[in-house]
Amino acid sequence: MSDAQPISATRSGSAAISARNISRDFQTGQDTIRVLHGIDLDVCPGELTYLVGESGSGKTTLISIMCGILWPTEGSVEVFGTDIYGLKDDDLVNFRLQNIGFIFQQYNLIPAIDAASNAAVPLIAQGMDRRKARAKAAEMLDALNIGDQADKLPNQLSGGQQQRVAIARALVHEPRLVVCDEPTAALDAKSGRRVMDLLRDVALAEGRSVIIVTHDNRIFDLADRILVLEDGRITHDGTDVPDDH
Amino acid sequence: MNWIAIRMLTGDAQKFYGLLFGIAFSTLLITQQLTVFVNLIERGASGVYNEPTADVWVMDEVSRTTDVNFPMPSTALEDVRGVSGVEWAVPHLRANASVRTSEGDLEGVTVIGVDDATLIGLPAQMTEGSADVLSRPDTVIIDDVGVGNLFEEGQSPIDVRLELNDQRAVIRGVADAIPSFTSQVTLYTKYSQALQYVPGTRNRLSFILASGADGVTPQQLADRIEAETGLRARTREQFARDGVDFIIENTGIPINFGITVVLGFIVGVAIVGLTFSLFIRDNIKQFGALKAIGVRNGKIRGMVATQACMVGLIGYALGLLGTVGFIWGNSGSSFFKGFYIPWQVPLISLVAMVIIITITGWLALRGVMKTEPAAVFR
Repeated sequence: MSDAQPISATRSGSAAISARNISRDFQTGQDTIRVLHGIDLDVCPGELTYLVGESGSGKTTLISIMCGILWPTEGSVEVFGTDIYGLKDDDLVNFRLQNIGFIFQQYNLIPAIDAASNAAVPLIAQGMDRRKARAKAAEMLDALNIGDQADKLPNQLSGGQQQRVAIARALVHEPRLVVCDEPTAALDAKSGRRVMDLLRDVALAEGRSVIIVTHDNRIFDLADRILVLEDGRITHDGTDVPDDH
Repeated sequence: MNWIAIRMLTGDAQKFYGLLFGIAFSTLLITQQLTVFVNLIERGASGVYNEPTADVWVMDEVSRTTDVNFPMPSTALEDVRGVSGVEWAVPHLRANASVRTSEGDLEGVTVIGVDDATLIGLPAQMTEGSADVLSRPDTVIIDDVGVGNLFEEGQSPIDVRLELNDQRAVIRGVADAIPSFTSQVTLYTKYSQALQYVPGTRNRLSFILASGADGVTPQQLADRIEAETGLRARTREQFARDGVDFIIENTGIPINFGITVVLGFIVGVAIVGLTFSLFIRDNIKQFGALKAIGVRNGKIRGMVATQACMVGLIGYALGLLGTVGFIWGNSGSSFFKGFYIPWQVPLISLVAMVIIITITGWLALRGVMKTEPAAVFR
């Protein structure tokens, strides 16, 4: 653990995400453990923001709160000007569906449907006709250079290809915020680099915000901004990582 | 989203077929056992159903069914004929006897004596010969199930001599009859002949079959006979029901079949519940991802319900087809003669399946609903 002091990671101007005084407690038996301590954070549009830190530092908790899938114990989060935790449950779910794309570490693709149908899931969930949604998803797969794999099931694809399908699924409904959890953790260095290049090229288009939780120092050079989290507090906000990481 | 739910379900072939097997097996067990049960207990009324013409059965007040009867004095027949509204009344004898075949086999039989003049008391249809053969001496007509019990397959019973309670009897016809509950061989003969075959006490008249004049309902006729003679009179429907009730009350059949039906239900819940839970558990990350992406709980519920309904309907249909196949496949057997699937039975098994699917679906859904979307990041 470093001796770094907590800092406020706020920015002036309009923010895509504006989180204020975020704390989060977890109950373990009789004990209450606070994993986030009053975090202030802004994420700007058009930026590739990395959230880095050791295991247990609170990265996953913070990203879950910022994208509206985990309620903070204290504090508020505004995403594109909407106080997301002030929304009703169904409205929050709908807000995520319309505005946020997710890329998971384990991809979480549905094994029984092909790549294009997997990528089309957000559109289908929005109510789009399945054939139209699949056609649009196939275009997205094309943009990610795996258009020829559209009819294959996930288990017929390599890890890198599955991750691209997951990226296509995160982008197909044109969300304004993309959240990625360790997108390169399951990939070799070359595939990981390729996926990140692609993600940077495609995801950052049109002023989208991209937040990536990662341990992978092989891809730190691609970040616009790196936030370091230690023991539930942000201790660094810059374009590179401090030497002790 | 329902399309995705169905693909998720069918994509895991092992669990999908496991679920179908569970539902189909459970449906088959419940439907088949209930069908056999209903048909078996209805045989308690076969003696009534085999006699197509009588509106009212008259008997001693202690008689309960066609097989459990206490003979009346022969004067009872005239008493009944004297009741106003009686169009006709004829004697009917039912008794047990033993036959020895030409091969030396011994078999217990039911001897039924039908009215000498009108032959009322015979089944409506004959499969071999005609009812007129009863005019010949020592003649008996055997029921078709009895042919299977007494003779080798393909062997004709016609003109075969039997030793019936030490007296000569010749089979000269085969009646198309519903088997009795015990599938015992039944021999029909004239009432006067039956008295010769079956030794007995002073009173020999088992039943009097009666029909009412125009404008007199069977119930009115039964009431009048009871009031004027002191005998017990039951309409055709009432007496058929008495036969069924007797079996229900005096045998372990309802309990045994009931246990099998309950076991079918429990096996269904166990197999389907376990397999469905495993299926959901294997897909919990995908459901979590869908929730995180923005699929509402209502749609998730709809997906699980779609999956449950799909396996439920297909499994139920397979189980029902299995039962139909079982009954159809055994229709040639004398035990299953006349078996049918009452409409209530598929309905009951459908209700059982809906309960199984609801229980297992609800248990599986709990797991999905408990999954926080944030779990996909862990």
